[in-house]
Amino acid sequence: MSGRKRTLEAISFELVMTVIAVIALVIIIAPSLVVLIVSFTSGFSLRFPPPGYSLRWYAELWNAWQLHFAAKNSLIVALWATGLSVALGVAAALAISRSRTLSARLLDSLFMSPLVLPALAFGLAALMLFSLVGLPVSPLTLVIGHTVVCVPYVVRNTVAALAQLEPTLLESSAVLGASRLYTFRRIVLPLIRPGIIAGAFIAFMSSFDNVPVSLFLRDAATDMLPIRMWQDLEGKLDVTIAALSGVLIIATVALVAVMERVTGLSRRLTN
Amino acid sequence: MGAAPASRDVTSYGMGLAAPLALFFLLFFVAPLLQLLWLSLHNDTAGLHWGLGQYLHFLTDPFSLGVLGSTLLLGAEVTAVCLVLGFPIAWLYQRVGPKLQTIIILIVLLPLLTSVVVRTFAWIVILGRQGIINATLQSLGVIDTPLKLLYTQFGVVIALAQVQMPLMTLPLITALGRIDPNFDDASCSLGAGSWRTFFRIVLPLSLPGVIAGCTLTYAAAITAFITQSLIGGGQMLFMPMYLYQQASTLQNWPFASAISIIFLLAVLAVVSVFTTLGRMSRGYGGA
Repeated sequence: MSGRKRTLEAISFELVMTVIAVIALVIIIAPSLVVLIVSFTSGFSLRFPPPGYSLRWYAELWNAWQLHFAAKNSLIVALWATGLSVALGVAAALAISRSRTLSARLLDSLFMSPLVLPALAFGLAALMLFSLVGLPVSPLTLVIGHTVVCVPYVVRNTVAALAQLEPTLLESSAVLGASRLYTFRRIVLPLIRPGIIAGAFIAFMSSFDNVPVSLFLRDAATDMLPIRMWQDLEGKLDVTIAALSGVLIIATVALVAVMERVTGLSRRLTN
Repeated sequence: MGAAPASRDVTSYGMGLAAPLALFFLLFFVAPLLQLLWLSLHNDTAGLHWGLGQYLHFLTDPFSLGVLGSTLLLGAEVTAVCLVLGFPIAWLYQRVGPKLQTIIILIVLLPLLTSVVVRTFAWIVILGRQGIINATLQSLGVIDTPLKLLYTQFGVVIALAQVQMPLMTLPLITALGRIDPNFDDASCSLGAGSWRTFFRIVLPLSLPGVIAGCTLTYAAAITAFITQSLIGGGQMLFMPMYLYQQASTLQNWPFASAISIIFLLAVLAVVSVFTTLGRMSRGYGGA
């Protein structure tokens, strides 16, 4: 009797947990699928399901020069911000990763703080500082602002990769007479490269998608894609934006697939 | 202090390598925030008269306090929804084979890397007057006129929960993966049921992950400018939009600075409460 009660009890638990989990997974994935489907509509509205299917809005996208311009700006800023983040972030990660000193821990908290602090407040602060020193908004100010909010991803992933590095490898290399630079190039760098690439990838994506910092640090000449999309959506519900969303979703899926192969991205983010 | 021994120790690198980033942060992160603080302590736009006028204005204005309150409440609601929906995902992840595990991780991960504007836009399509929910309910004959889902608190919470779900789920998966499965078996063989085992063993042991997830979700939800403004529309005002309106439209930089500082402090307070809870929970988990 008690045995049967326990199995019923166990089944009820497993059932509830599984059902909620499946509902949650559907909620996570559904919006992207819906946008993908709607982007192929032949109609003029975002009706779901669409009245018919066509590629007209993707063709429309071809001529949307404002979006092209914004996409180009976003891409350039994201590439520069990622490059700068990697250069500064990897060096800093090397310095703080194996150190237990107070200064290392303080620096670690400092470098991570842009992740939790409201980015909009930082955007405003950066704008005020740049205008105080007389630096007009430009791609340069955007790159600087984006680097501040993107560098934590590089630092975090590089520190994680360094933490898994066997110290004996470095000692052996030194005992065998290798210089520090040689050891770094031939031992350390190859082993932490996947971590650096994963961090750089996340930094790139978050710069490309950044709104709060760009909002303050751009002007008409440096329009950024997410802001252009946001302002288009505030005004009217444009199906062209659905097509652009389709392109972005497919590009993201492709990039994540590549990154999963190259760096084992999913393992990295759950360890 | 560490310079001399560090150069001899081949397994670590000198702190000097952190100098470029530290300098960069000093110039472009710390200095701007200090300037923000400095301007917020002035009563006039030019920054000539020191005073707490901006803060007094905010703290005595029911409208401003209302905006702060509804923002903090929004964060709590979104965090709760994410926890309730995200925990079963992490639980399921530990139960399935490696192939399904990869699929679950990718489902959770993809939205995190998809543009926030795209994800928010998707919710407009779903919640809108002609959206899926209304279309389905109307064709089923449940309702005659479309429900108002967009521009409501419900809409903002559900959209934000979906947007921030990965931030909750990933730490939970990590935390659940670290629990020794023997605890589960021991609890069950000692006669505790599945529910009891879950609430008495699994949940307490995963508290560090719960707290990490809650911190990230909360901080992200209250600053999610795009989702708040597109799904919430003009009627609902939260701190990020309030800050943006004051700074950009009204050009009232000192007041916008004060809003920023109050908002920063609110986030820091919440984060430190979570961190303290996290430290306590680690002691609890080990006991």
